[in-house]
Amino acid sequence: MDGPANSTALIQVATVEITKLGGAMSAPVRYIDRTRDYYLGQGYDKPYEWAHHDDAPFTPLTKPLSDSRVAIVSTSDIAVRKPDGDRDRDNEFAVGNVYSLPSDTPIDLLYSRQEHYDQHATTLDDVNAYYPVSRLGELVDRGRIGELAPRFHGVYTGYSKRKTAEIDAPEVLRRCIEDEVDVAVMTPV
Amino acid sequence: MSLVARHLEANGIATVMFGTAKDIVEHCGVARFVFLDFPLGNSCGRSFDADHQHQILELGMQLFENATAPRTTVHASSIWNDDDEWKRLIFTDDQPFLSGEALENWMTAKQRYRDNKAAGQR
Repeated sequence: MDGPANSTALIQVATVEITKLGGAMSAPVRYIDRTRDYYLGQGYDKPYEWAHHDDAPFTPLTKPLSDSRVAIVSTSDIAVRKPDGDRDRDNEFAVGNVYSLPSDTPIDLLYSRQEHYDQHATTLDDVNAYYPVSRLGELVDRGRIGELAPRFHGVYTGYSKRKTAEIDAPEVLRRCIEDEVDVAVMTPV
Repeated sequence: MSLVARHLEANGIATVMFGTAKDIVEHCGVARFVFLDFPLGNSCGRSFDADHQHQILELGMQLFENATAPRTTVHASSIWNDDDEWKRLIFTDDQPFLSGEALENWMTAKQRYRDNKAAGQR
């Protein structure tokens, strides 16, 4: 092996029992197939081409988690609510599709504007179910992780993979480096 | 999201992805992935269930500590509920994924992308 970044695509799958099962696990939803068929049925003739790579970069931890600074990066369209109910953009510092929020924003002020979730099966009423800010804070209190980065980052999902790779991802990286982030918790919706 | 994770990972920041769309994340390929077979919107656990959210989060923390190679997936074994109706119905004609204002917003965003692409500003 030449090094972590050049590791070949090695797929390790571990199944971890964390709850008592009510029955056999059914197969995961095949979203790529399902959305392609769905939108073909809606009259769209060109399926969306999802990003695809055979390999993946890999950075090992350089220090214990208990000494690490942790950031959240999320596509949950998380926002801060003003007292009058409107969105408070004063502290978002948006560049392109990337914006940031202070990680100590009170949870009661956070909400999601995301519409692309399974609205028939769930809600986005509990922010911690997709933007685990309270849970990470508790991990700091328990000494499991070192500390929270001063800012957490939001990325608006777009259709352009090129824009995501060339503009948004480097902007998130720049902010994480600026904040001396060690590890990032990525939470899509 | 996976593309952003890959970029961080390629530049020295370790990441773990928490996600509910297994095929999409693995199609792109990320370093560490906690897959939770819940509806889109619950990537970090059951709503209003701090204990479950901690269980899911802990799987990610263990991945940080134990994964030795990219594309390591841990499949949390929690199930959303006893019947799989939500899996059967999502993205079907019986139950459109988006409707009303959400559908209009999506169509507007899609058209904006097409217009920008046509104008060479992808």
